Amino acid sequence: MGTGAPPPPLPPKPQAKGLNCPKCGAAITLRSFGQAVTVVCAGCHSILDAKDPNLAILQQFEAITSVAKPLIPLGTRGKLRGTDYEVTGFQRRSIQVDGITYYWHEYVLFNPYKAIRYLSEYNGHWNDISICKTLPTADFSGATYLGENYKHFQSAEANSDFVLGEFPWQVRVGEKAAVTDYVHPPRVLSSEKLDKEVTWSIGEYMYGREIWDSFKLPGDPPAPMGVYENQPSPVSLNVTGMWVAFAAFAVFLLVLMAVFDMRAKKEPVLEETYQYNRVNAKGEPSFVSDEFALGGGTSNVQVKTSAPVDNHWIYLNYALINQDTGQAWDFGREVSYYHGYDSDGSWSEGKRTDSVVIPSVPAGHYYLRIEPEVDPMLPAIPYSVSVIRDVPVFGIYGIAFLALLVPVVIISFRAYTFERSRWSESDHPPMELSSMSSGSGDDE
Amino acid sequence: MSQPVANCPNCGAKIVFRWSSSVQTVCEYCKSILVRTDVDLKKVGQVADLPPDSSPIQINTEGKYGNNSFVVVGRILYEYDQGGWNEWHVMMNDGTSAWLSDAQNEYALSLSSKAPNLPAAAQLQVGQQFTWNNQSYTVSVITPAHYRGVEGELPFQYWDKTDVTFVDLRTESRKFATLDYSDPEPALYLGEFVEFDDLKLKNLRSFEGW
Repeated sequence: MGTGAPPPPLPPKPQAKGLNCPKCGAAITLRSFGQAVTVVCAGCHSILDAKDPNLAILQQFEAITSVAKPLIPLGTRGKLRGTDYEVTGFQRRSIQVDGITYYWHEYVLFNPYKAIRYLSEYNGHWNDISICKTLPTADFSGATYLGENYKHFQSAEANSDFVLGEFPWQVRVGEKAAVTDYVHPPRVLSSEKLDKEVTWSIGEYMYGREIWDSFKLPGDPPAPMGVYENQPSPVSLNVTGMWVAFAAFAVFLLVLMAVFDMRAKKEPVLEETYQYNRVNAKGEPSFVSDEFALGGGTSNVQVKTSAPVDNHWIYLNYALINQDTGQAWDFGREVSYYHGYDSDGSWSEGKRTDSVVIPSVPAGHYYLRIEPEVDPMLPAIPYSVSVIRDVPVFGIYGIAFLALLVPVVIISFRAYTFERSRWSESDHPPMELSSMSSGSGDDE
Repeated sequence: MSQPVANCPNCGAKIVFRWSSSVQTVCEYCKSILVRTDVDLKKVGQVADLPPDSSPIQINTEGKYGNNSFVVVGRILYEYDQGGWNEWHVMMNDGTSAWLSDAQNEYALSLSSKAPNLPAAAQLQVGQQFTWNNQSYTVSVITPAHYRGVEGELPFQYWDKTDVTFVDLRTESRKFATLDYSDPEPALYLGEFVEFDDLKLKNLRSFEGW
């Protein structure tokens, strides 16, 4: 500009301020520049007015430091979601539920350019928390935030019972806030009501390992205990979606079965009834059937046996023999049926019919060699043998169905038990297991 | 764009207006509060030393808002019981004037808006709803604040204030509204919360150790 005037004086560059506690003289560092509203002396637990150059004492509290020691020491810097933060404040808070006090810890994270962030820790479970800029809508059962639905988890009165370091608000020990948590794992939406002012915050679950890596802390994070309110389920799959996919697969199997059933020829090639007579069967009991032709290419053959047994058995040694090549398929089938009464009522075992499918039988001329063995109690019995070419086989579909059903059921059960543990800690615990088992106990 | 130049009637230093519609400015050297009249600048007051401040924004900080770029030309500094906040007066590259508020590094951009029948401060309660420009706003907090000082260029005279009531209204989106009761007639500002990273700010202050 050419006037030669000196540039106007610039305000000094903000720097961490070293001060002394007016109560005990201990050194106090203000790390968050002008943002601290209150600062706590670690030496004598005086809560001081950080806005006052003389650090006026606002409150003093009794505390045993060893019971509430920050896991991340004040002044530690770390990178969280791409931004550097310094831990500047720490407080322990508690709620009382059914006469039991539960404690959790909150850490204030500072960056001179960005909004304050918080970390909370409860029994090894961590949350990365920031203040909501948009207003959620809430009622007794849930809340909506940014188009997502959150379920009401717990309402309680939270008490601050230990504070350390700097806070960008007027912190006091003994101050009680009405806290309500709504969950949509891995997120938790919380409202805190202090006097008339309601503050909404949004938290996202973090694992201790991530915190330890972010802040380069030595050793291992404390192992998480139990299931936390917004802890993501180990079942990452959508269980409902999985069942829908399973149902679609089952329908596909049914369609496949129908198609193969329609395409199978199901051609009867032999249908005979034979009479067994113990008197006649002395010596060589085996005999051969009439010859029959198996058409088409290589395909399966079904052999059905039926006999009017009644508390008896018969056993048939079969051989399916290719007349042209001499190739033989040996197999034995039993037909037995038993029934009666005992103390549990009537019972029965076995069937009067039997069926077996022999796979991959080439086309050609065949006959059956049959050797019956019959219950010694039976003097004589008729039995029927039928042979059918090319039948549909459904067993493989059953196996496929079960192979998919089993993991789906196991995953659903795991998701169910995890959600059960989550909600057992809430204001809406699931139905007691004892009342469920007492219901089934009536069957005894 | 014109950059009118004048001299401080108090100390003679050169006064440059970055924004042609500025009504008031503060001399960078002697901290005189100067108001533009038709012919010259008139000293109306003196800014006491501003309290140490931790806003990363300063006069001449540049940034982007949507497709517009802006430069910070002035500010009003307020205090309330939880600390201080700045209303930075910014000049958009299309010549409009807007406000970038920085309350403990929560940033929001707003514009002066007109609406009929604005409520009086005494009538307001947390939870009350209002509709402006087809948007519903809910009163979230009523803040009794204290005027602490000014710096740079402002679009109106603002220097003899003491206690000022602010009413914040939120929505289910990032939009918000502020009712400013600095003057007998309430002033309405409509705007939205913005992310630090999205503002792409340049010429920021630096902090020792960061």
